[in-house]
Amino acid sequence: MPIIEFSDVTKTFTTQQGRVVALDSVDLAIEQGEIFGVIGYSGAGKSTLVRLINGLERATSGRIVVDGVDISSIPEARIRPLRARIGMIFQQFNLFRSRTVAGNVAFPLRVAGWPKAKRDARVAELLHFVGLLEKAHSYPDQLSGGQKQRVGIARALATSPRILLADESTSSLDPETTQDVLALLRKVNRELGVTIVVITHEMDVVRSIADRVAVLDAGRIVEQGTVFDVFSAPRSETARRFVSTVLHDQPTAGDLERLQEAHAGRIVTARVEDGSRVGSVLSDAGRHGVRFEIVFGGISSLQERSFGSLTIELLGPDEGVDAVVAELAAVTEVVERRGVARELEEVPA
Amino acid sequence: MNEGWIWDRHTPLALEALGQTLYMVAATLLIGGVLGLVLGLALYVTRAGSVLPNRYVFGVLNVAVNIVRPIPFVILLVAVAPLTTLLVGKFIGTTAAIVPLAIATAFGFSRIVEQNLVTIEPGVIEAARASGAGPWRIIATLLIPEALGPLLLGFTFVFVAVIDMSAVAGIVGGGGIGDFALVYGHQRWNQEVVWIAVGVIIVLVQLVQFTGNTLARKALRR
Repeated sequence: MPIIEFSDVTKTFTTQQGRVVALDSVDLAIEQGEIFGVIGYSGAGKSTLVRLINGLERATSGRIVVDGVDISSIPEARIRPLRARIGMIFQQFNLFRSRTVAGNVAFPLRVAGWPKAKRDARVAELLHFVGLLEKAHSYPDQLSGGQKQRVGIARALATSPRILLADESTSSLDPETTQDVLALLRKVNRELGVTIVVITHEMDVVRSIADRVAVLDAGRIVEQGTVFDVFSAPRSETARRFVSTVLHDQPTAGDLERLQEAHAGRIVTARVEDGSRVGSVLSDAGRHGVRFEIVFGGISSLQERSFGSLTIELLGPDEGVDAVVAELAAVTEVVERRGVARELEEVPA
Repeated sequence: MNEGWIWDRHTPLALEALGQTLYMVAATLLIGGVLGLVLGLALYVTRAGSVLPNRYVFGVLNVAVNIVRPIPFVILLVAVAPLTTLLVGKFIGTTAAIVPLAIATAFGFSRIVEQNLVTIEPGVIEAARASGAGPWRIIATLLIPEALGPLLLGFTFVFVAVIDMSAVAGIVGGGGIGDFALVYGHQRWNQEVVWIAVGVIIVLVQLVQFTGNTLARKALRR
């Protein structure tokens, strides 16, 4: 049974401009123990989606079951105790400036009514886990962004939640600190078995830590699947745009135009995966009297698997080129790059 | 006519007046300060989108504050006489003057409290909610500490305003430094008495402002 399940969830807001649909019949199932990414542009409804999980926002219609409890049907006062089982971290960290680091981490424990001695021991344990034990008596204003987010993570984990919600948790950090925080989240997932829902607009974040991903666009989930599947074969335009922000293996229309001007031969793009043997086919191209040139491409690895594509110019007699394309097509997916109009959409799913 | 400061005559009178001022100001700040804090919190938490939104409570409080605040203090002083009589048994005297002073302070301070609470990042309150905290816990343990620095500066501002208002208390027989300056200085054309009274008030205000700034700086850790 999924730990978080959305069934036909819709959320609308009433503003002065009228009704705004933030989420439109969303179905989602997040499994126990995974890191699930939700990616979308700002305004896509990501923040709303994550806040429905811990009841900070309430669904307009539909059913949301979290850790076995249907939270869409119970009042706020009954959701409150459940929040001890759902931690949350934020883009702006949202630490309490009037409390020390230890005081921040102790806050959820006070709310949960832990006695002082137990609370102190737990705070020390958590600060040790996030590597900030020596900062226990500092105030948030004295910490760097990365340290603040570590405190945020320690606070979110205080009551040993089964779920951690990360709302753009690295978006205000520099790249290096982002990697540190992502590594910490991975450790939280692996060592503590916490299910993590990562909301982000950065594909790199999804690529680094998520197991599965949902692509949200204008309140709808347009695509979801394993990170590998979505990355290697995005089906929606939104997903393709996100993938292209981190992978530049596919030539854009402009790239193609330039390539076609510069190269007289036939241009094809071949998908590369583990064991797809594109190189072997090309090295035998000479037998058909065909020469080849690699003109564009990139190969990357994701979830311990290779993927990417190479765009190749083939020069030689037509029959020979046809034969090489046929051999390539036998081992992998091939896209012809004859005209500018033939763009990325034509990559078969 | 201008006899200047006569030590044996004016000093005991000035000290008594100073005592009355300090008594009125202290009592006013205690009562008006607490009421203002509660009223300001109520305004903040009941507004739309806050921790305990309630448009009716907010509407009533908001209108009440808007009605009371613009009343000039000299008028409020005499207008609340029936209430003062009910609470203190008479409407003349130093203790009686505390009632209108506390009312003006409570309503004035409430807006300052509300404005300072609004500066708390909404995300901080959201983080408290996400930790399982209910509205009452947020009100009791989070709002005031998070806004403590600006609240102390606001309270200092009100402190000085109360010293100012208390100078008018002579009208209802409240005494105090302001009354002393009027009766023994201005009305007898004794400029020295007026200026010494002014000097005492300036020193008092400086002390308060300095203390307030220091405490606020400590609270803000800057």
